[in-house]
Amino acid sequence: MEQTRDSITDIWGERTPHFGDWPVRVDRRTTAEPDHWVQSACVLCSNGCGLEIGVKDGCIVGVRGLDRDPINHGRLGPKGLHGWEANHSPDRLTKPLIRRNGVLEEASWDEAMSLIVERSKAIIQQHTSLAMGFYTSGQLFLEEYYTLAVLGKAGLSTPHMDGNTRLCTATAAAALKQSFGSDGQPGSYIDLDTTDTILHVGHNIASQHTVLWMRILDRLAGPNPPKLIVIDPRRTFTAEKAHIHLAPRVGTNVPVLNGLLHLLIEAGQIDQTYIDAHTIGFDELKKMVSSWTPERVEALTGVSADQMREAARLLGSTKTLVSSALQGVYQSMQATAAAVQVNNIHLIRGLIGRPGCGIYQMNGQPTAQNTRETGADGDMPGFRNSGNPEHMNQLARLWNVDVRKIPHWSPPTHAMQIWRYAEQGSIKFMWISATNPAVSMPELARIRRILQKEDLFIVVQDAFMTETARYADVVLPAAIWGEKTGCMTNVDRTVHLTQKAIEPPGEAKSDLEIFVDYSRRMDFRDKDGAPLIKWDTAEGAFAAWKECTRGRPCDYTGMSYEKLRRGGIQWPCNDEHPDGTSHLYTDGVFHTSADDCEAYGFDMTTGGAVTPEEYKANDPKGKAFIRAIDYEPPHEEPDQDYPLWLTTGRLVYHFHTRTKTSRSRALDEAAPDSFVQIAREDADRYGIAEGDLIEVESRRGRVIEPARIGDIEQGLVFIPFHYGYWDDPKRSRAANELTLTEWDPVSKQPHFKYAAVRIRKASAADERELVADQAGLFPETGTNTLNK
Amino acid sequence: MHVGNYIGLVQSSEQQLANAFAQVADHHGDEPDIYQVCQTLSGWSQQHVTDLQPLVDRYAATKNDEPDRLSQTLFKEPRSGGLALLRDLHDLYLLASEVELCWVVLLQAARGLRHQELESRCEEFDKTTKRQITWLMTRIKQAAPQTLIVAE
Ligand code: SF4
Repeated sequence: MEQTRDSITDIWGERTPHFGDWPVRVDRRTTAEPDHWVQSACVLCSNGCGLEIGVKDGCIVGVRGLDRDPINHGRLGPKGLHGWEANHSPDRLTKPLIRRNGVLEEASWDEAMSLIVERSKAIIQQHTSLAMGFYTSGQLFLEEYYTLAVLGKAGLSTPHMDGNTRLCTATAAAALKQSFGSDGQPGSYIDLDTTDTILHVGHNIASQHTVLWMRILDRLAGPNPPKLIVIDPRRTFTAEKAHIHLAPRVGTNVPVLNGLLHLLIEAGQIDQTYIDAHTIGFDELKKMVSSWTPERVEALTGVSADQMREAARLLGSTKTLVSSALQGVYQSMQATAAAVQVNNIHLIRGLIGRPGCGIYQMNGQPTAQNTRETGADGDMPGFRNSGNPEHMNQLARLWNVDVRKIPHWSPPTHAMQIWRYAEQGSIKFMWISATNPAVSMPELARIRRILQKEDLFIVVQDAFMTETARYADVVLPAAIWGEKTGCMTNVDRTVHLTQKAIEPPGEAKSDLEIFVDYSRRMDFRDKDGAPLIKWDTAEGAFAAWKECTRGRPCDYTGMSYEKLRRGGIQWPCNDEHPDGTSHLYTDGVFHTSADDCEAYGFDMTTGGAVTPEEYKANDPKGKAFIRAIDYEPPHEEPDQDYPLWLTTGRLVYHFHTRTKTSRSRALDEAAPDSFVQIAREDADRYGIAEGDLIEVESRRGRVIEPARIGDIEQGLVFIPFHYGYWDDPKRSRAANELTLTEWDPVSKQPHFKYAAVRIRKASAADERELVADQAGLFPETGTNTLNK
Repeated sequence: MHVGNYIGLVQSSEQQLANAFAQVADHHGDEPDIYQVCQTLSGWSQQHVTDLQPLVDRYAATKNDEPDRLSQTLFKEPRSGGLALLRDLHDLYLLASEVELCWVVLLQAARGLRHQELESRCEEFDKTTKRQITWLMTRIKQAAPQTLIVAE
């Protein structure tokens, strides 16, 4: 085995101090000497590190970072260096499965697809396409999402399409649309190489985006180090390095950010010329935040007035600023509202659209950006506006279908609503690709009830027998990263081509092949009777996608697979910008004009949609929106019965529900089990010692977790959300047993970051007590699949 | 002069709207959004009721029973399920429109009286009512196709 560093014990590796040009450091881990290398990118977080897959005798034997890649300059983190082992895991799904007499049995592709098509047709005939729902992922490739979006919107014409991206990054998209008129990150990762100040809000970048954090650590170790401000209730790895760490109480991001904005405005540390020329809404913001004095903020959030002043002084005097936000913002109360305040800091100080100034409304998953761009999440492809008839006509022309086929007459159905319709029985068919709602959705007991419904036909397309797949009527074995070719776009709009290195196991097929096959079997056609999906290959899908993006903010027309083989390219990439674009909005003109914008906007408190007429009456014509919003208390707060706050989150070694990461030995061993983190004071109060088993209970469910004490505010408990039941069905342990079915009104992202809970020391008997369906143990059939 | 009459009318309409939003929040708590949004919107109407009191006192408003006819037909029994949700949203929309119309009527009177305070209060209240209506319309549009076409 060759390994340049041990990323498990030393997550970020050796420092290569820098300012300006980030030095190359190639991280490599191989278990045998490859006979050849295949260019790709890492698919285990939204950072999108370029890498090469080492192949020997048709198997993946390791990876090495791509030295010339703009994202990582050769580096890889623990997930990147180890995650590939999942490809060769012995429990990969290799054959389609069909439920017969309650038990999932092997079947041929033809049998499985025929059954899906037969059920689809019967359901559509009886209930229309409105009974069909699709729930996808942030894990597939761009070409696959686009194919899914076209077959769903122009083939079936169902508005019920969303992805688990709703759970992780819907707020990023919503905040970008609300401020700038369209999705798309304004800045670039290169901004980190020169910026003076960095602000992380609810983003534990050290754990979540380890390679991006290396870039910051290297700046901190180099000449002219930036100042670091971290807003996070927990003392995370990131917070430990901060010059200023603001630790607000759960659910109080908005007051802290409003307080900072107030101090900036009060001190006159704003760019009035920029505000006047390029924004609307400043006066309202000024009025709204004026009551958020540092003292008032301190009383509500626990962040001291002095710290607020110190942070504001830094933010007010810096000449360049990079900000990032993630789940601490997105999965909290007032998610979009808080994310938008981060944008506001940049707008009122004019720190946008030039080197050193970037906003990363981070994505969680590697291809979440593509889910949004292509419309596999319910948006319209190419950031088009469903309320804009011209945009819809463009799609109709492109696909050669009647515009009325495209479900733009009602807002797209968001994930939580799709599940609600399934619960109520009006969605009767659900196709779940590459995601695991039985662990990742809030309020799991409810999700399991829905998955068990007799009148819901479930197709699960995955690489493994996940907790969700156990409930399926048909399971389709999918090829994954390394076994198929396609593009993915990371947070800073960099598009990478990930190429096929090996054959998929057994009969597994790429998601693209499966969707194309479904479309052909369903006989979806355009107006002239030609097949609706006119491509069979990834490159063919990419060509179609390019046409779809022509003239849109995410313009891909200047890219090709050939060009992408030379390295990642940032969109927009077209005739005007053949090498891509590092910064959006360099001229201060945003995508807000009525004929260009992706959405007409929403009321930040209710989510009520602005009508086209209202929008046109005050057409911002390219000016950015500064949106003011006041604090609202969370809907569930600790009380006598449930006196503690629960917050959930991620660990450095795992991704999503561990479907892949726990199948890499080193990652699994580094973080084998869930836990609950509590403050020393609370441990003492409840008589809990390190490692004791604790029962954590909310109004919706309970879990048993070993205790970890310290590094967290008193009154707060933290549980990582990765752990489910497929590998360790001994105790109730999925954090989402406890969470709320409640969402942000604008982004519709669920509130995973807070719930009221109580804790007590558990006994050995509690530990063994597990609801049968949690473990997927169904005694009637004697198998681990559901008899339904 | 019937300004007092209309202020009384709008105050009791707001009270009914506040109650109706709270009722719908309770009946449809299984929806992912209804409980929280309707609670918030109920709060807005309740706030209007309080904020209107000085005007009610000033114009010696007489209690007006008329709008009771509306809520009587609208919210009799607790309803739940897809169609019930749509019907409840539909009824909330009518109640909120009733309030909205009151603001328009009062605003005209305020202008005629050149009563600056009444005018600006009405404009402010009207904005909030419009936001309630906008949300209701958004939610109704979403619920309509599914409810009428597929729901049992
Ligand atoms: S930072 Fe993200 S993309 Fe890069 S190696 Fe780690 S998991 Fe992969």
